[in-house]
Amino acid sequence: MDGAEMAIASNRLLDLSLLTMLVLVAFVMLRSRHLFAIVMLSGIYSLLSAAFFVSLDAVDVAFTEAAVGAGVSTVLMLGAMLLTVRREKSIRSSRSRIGIIVVALVGSALIYATIDMPPFGSADAPANAYIGEVYVDRTAKEIAVPNIVTAVLASYRGFDTLGETMVIFTAGLGVMLLLGAGSARGGKAVKDKDDRA
Amino acid sequence: MSIEHLILRVVIKIMFAPILLFALYVQFHGDYGPGGGFQAGVIFAVAFILHALIMGLDETKRVLPVGALKILMVVGFLFYAGTGAATMLLGGNLLGYDALDPASTHHAGQHYGILLVEFGVGMAVSSTMLMIFYQFAGREPEIRDEDW
Repeated sequence: MDGAEMAIASNRLLDLSLLTMLVLVAFVMLRSRHLFAIVMLSGIYSLLSAAFFVSLDAVDVAFTEAAVGAGVSTVLMLGAMLLTVRREKSIRSSRSRIGIIVVALVGSALIYATIDMPPFGSADAPANAYIGEVYVDRTAKEIAVPNIVTAVLASYRGFDTLGETMVIFTAGLGVMLLLGAGSARGGKAVKDKDDRA
Repeated sequence: MSIEHLILRVVIKIMFAPILLFALYVQFHGDYGPGGGFQAGVIFAVAFILHALIMGLDETKRVLPVGALKILMVVGFLFYAGTGAATMLLGGNLLGYDALDPASTHHAGQHYGILLVEFGVGMAVSSTMLMIFYQFAGREPEIRDEDW
C-alpha cells in the first residue's frame, strides 16, 4: 500500500468512526430523560459533526457548526433549560406498531435511494458539476477573492445572505417580544410566578 | 464580590481578549480563509456569554447594556442593506459591488463590498445572539450550583 492509499484508508476509518459516534450520541440522547445531559450531548453531537465536516474538507461549514451548534446553542439551550424542569417526564411507551412500521418503511426507502447516488467525491456528481463548477471557474476572474465560499455567500448570493441576516434579526426580535416584554421599554425584567414542578 | 469559582474567573479574564481578537481575525479574514461575519459574530458573542456565565449577567450588562445591543442589531442589518442601497445609488445593481470601485482592474469593489456586508452580518449576528442570551438568562437570577 503506497502513501496515497494509506491516506484514503485512514480517512475512511476516521469518517466511519465519527459517524458511528454520531449515531451512538443520538441514541443516548433518545434514551436519556435528564435534560442537562441531553443539552451537553447535543453539544457533543455538533462538535462531532464539525469534525466530520472538516474530514469532508468543508471547513467553512465545520467552523459554523462548531461555533453555532456546539457553542452558542448549547448555552442557549442551558438558559432555556433553567426556565423549565430538569427532567423530562417519562411517557408510557406506546403499544402502537404504526410508528415503527412508518419509520422502517421511510428508512428503507431512503437507504434504497442512496444506491442511485453518485460515489462520494465523484467529479460527475451534480454537487461538483454544473453550478459548483461555474463558481470555481469564475470566482478568480469575477470576484478575485481566494475563498470561493465567501465569494458565493457574500457576492453571488449576496441577496440570500441579506435575507439570512434579516432572519437572524427577526429571531432576536421574536425572543425579545416573547421573553423580554416590558424590559424593552426600560422596565424591569418580567418574572413568572413560580409554577415549576 | 465573592470569590467563588475563582479559577473560572481568572481563566475567563485571561481568555476574554484573545477570544475577541480571534473573532476580529475571523471577521476580516473571511475572504482568505474559512470564516466570515456569521462565525465571527458568534465568537464575539461567546466572549460576552462566557463573561456573563462566570461574572454574572449584571456585570456583563454594565459592560454591554441591552440598549446598545438593540441599536447594534438594527445598525448591523441596515449596514448590509445600506451597502446594497449604496451600490444602487452608484449606478450598479443591488449588492453589485463592482459599482463601489468601477475603475479597478482587479475587482477591488468586490473586496470592499464583501468586507462591508460581512461587517454588517457580524454586527447583527453578535448582538442578536447576545440579545437572545440576555433574554433567556435574565429571567433566572443565576445558575445555581445544584443545577449543574
